[in-house]
Amino acid sequence: MSVDQETVRRIARLARIALGEGQVEPMMNELNGILAWVAQLEEVDVTDVPAMQSVVQQNLKLREDAVTEGGNAEALMRNAPAAEDHFFVVPKVVE
Amino acid sequence: MSLPAAPTDFTLTEAREAVRARKISARELTGACIEAMDAARALNAFITETPERALAMAEQSDRRIADRAAGPLEGLPLAVKDLFCTRDVRTTAGSKILSNFIPPYESTVTRNLWDAGAVMLGKTNMDEFAMGSSNETSHFNPVVSPWRANGANQSLVPGGSSGGSAAAVAARLCPGATGTDTGGSIRQPAGISGIVGLKPTYGRCSRWGIVAFASSLDQAGPMARTVRDAAILLKAMVSVDPKDSTSVDRPVADYEENLEGGVRGLRVGIPAEYRIDGAPPEIGELWTKGADWLKLQGAELVEVSLPHTKYALPVYYIVAPAEASSNLARYDGVRYGHRTARAEGIGDLYERSRAEGFGAEVCRRILIGTYVLSAGYYEAYYARAQKLRTLIARDFTDAFSRCDVLLTPVTPGPAFPIGEKAADLLSMYLNDVFTVTANLAGLPALAVPAGVTGNGLPLGLQIIGRAFDESTVLRAGRAIEVAADFKARPRTWWTET
Repeated sequence: MSVDQETVRRIARLARIALGEGQVEPMMNELNGILAWVAQLEEVDVTDVPAMQSVVQQNLKLREDAVTEGGNAEALMRNAPAAEDHFFVVPKVVE
Repeated sequence: MSLPAAPTDFTLTEAREAVRARKISARELTGACIEAMDAARALNAFITETPERALAMAEQSDRRIADRAAGPLEGLPLAVKDLFCTRDVRTTAGSKILSNFIPPYESTVTRNLWDAGAVMLGKTNMDEFAMGSSNETSHFNPVVSPWRANGANQSLVPGGSSGGSAAAVAARLCPGATGTDTGGSIRQPAGISGIVGLKPTYGRCSRWGIVAFASSLDQAGPMARTVRDAAILLKAMVSVDPKDSTSVDRPVADYEENLEGGVRGLRVGIPAEYRIDGAPPEIGELWTKGADWLKLQGAELVEVSLPHTKYALPVYYIVAPAEASSNLARYDGVRYGHRTARAEGIGDLYERSRAEGFGAEVCRRILIGTYVLSAGYYEAYYARAQKLRTLIARDFTDAFSRCDVLLTPVTPGPAFPIGEKAADLLSMYLNDVFTVTANLAGLPALAVPAGVTGNGLPLGLQIIGRAFDESTVLRAGRAIEVAADFKARPRTWWTET
């Protein structure tokens, strides 16, 4: 399987990464290089092999559904590129 | 214990004894490391140096020592890979997108180290988001290895992604450092930088507060100059952490206790598939030598087969990008990190912030990951890779029915020149061919310096063990260390004017 330029544009859009027109073809070639290489996995018969879920067998831990921290909005907002009164500021979403 | 003349030459074990016995104060030791760090800027090993914090922490250590309240790592200066969030100290993951990020919290592993009394010297350089094997993908420029080939001036890579930590420890800027290992990122740089590096069993160290790359593979571990030093650091790093649901509630061994127990009767597996075409003969020769060393010390060598080894790298390059594409979705230019200066609408803000903030290798892996998880391709790529991963893990289970540890090379070659492999993705990926299997199977694995090439560059050997059997891995590694008697060290060209 290989990707064409349209597919590269589509997955870049899904991944929310802007790709300039000049970047599409080189990226396509690089991705196809990797996809051609991983295609060797097709030669292995994986019928009846379960997909790995976890490398270390253990039951998923549960914790009490309780508030353990909070009231730290100031600290959490400190890294915001743009903020006002504990709100993150973004470009207008709804006209 | 007779100590080296220069405090920066102390191993972590020697530094621990010297500080405890008050032959040197934590402040003096830390000062010596800061001087060495200052003099080694040419290596570009650190992204952020924290000398004032280090001296303040060292002074607190000296007070605790005077009060007889010293912790197990009291006053020992360490470098921290810039993937561990450190409270109020910039944490970049080697990326432009986090180049201004100052965490309001501390990772569990570093919290454990500071609670044990350790001193933070600074944050080390690394491949962007730990994606790389040479430190060349860092937004903060490559790390230069302290090692050079005999008679040569060419700059070499320290390996990656924990290349800054490896360079700092190898160059004697600090006695120990933290690293993280997703496909070999502790062991590969340790191997080609002539130091010890341990990737513990998946779940042994908490991942909480470590910037996530591929969550089912990521594991933190120690980097140091001796096996005992790595054991000391590991003991302090591990904990059962309610903040990481994959952190495993199992008793922690005293990793130092059985270190000198020897390998008499230990069954050491030699996996046939780790002999690869195209590797320089020195790799195979050192491997044979390592097997002989263990045999001479009473170990029993067992030929074993791990038949799915050749599929490990391609499996990794599906699983790791898939997980990375999900983990790195959080960087959107809204809540923290880089935001584009010009955005028309929210979608444009996401797309431009990410395109500007991520480097080429990270973009590539996010796109591969997005593709293999996308509708119509999930079964063919991701699901198949996870089935292959089951087969790779089974190979190890089968092998460990016949042996106790495995002995392999760490890397397919020594340190290479900066720029040599950057243009050829697959030859770069091949650096992790011997290390990536342990990540896929979640097993503990140790890199130990074992020899040098004909032109003086270090090479390592790897011990892979059963899950949670770090003690045996370290004991076997110690036996290699004793036999190898590795004394090579880099010439300090960076201090010469």
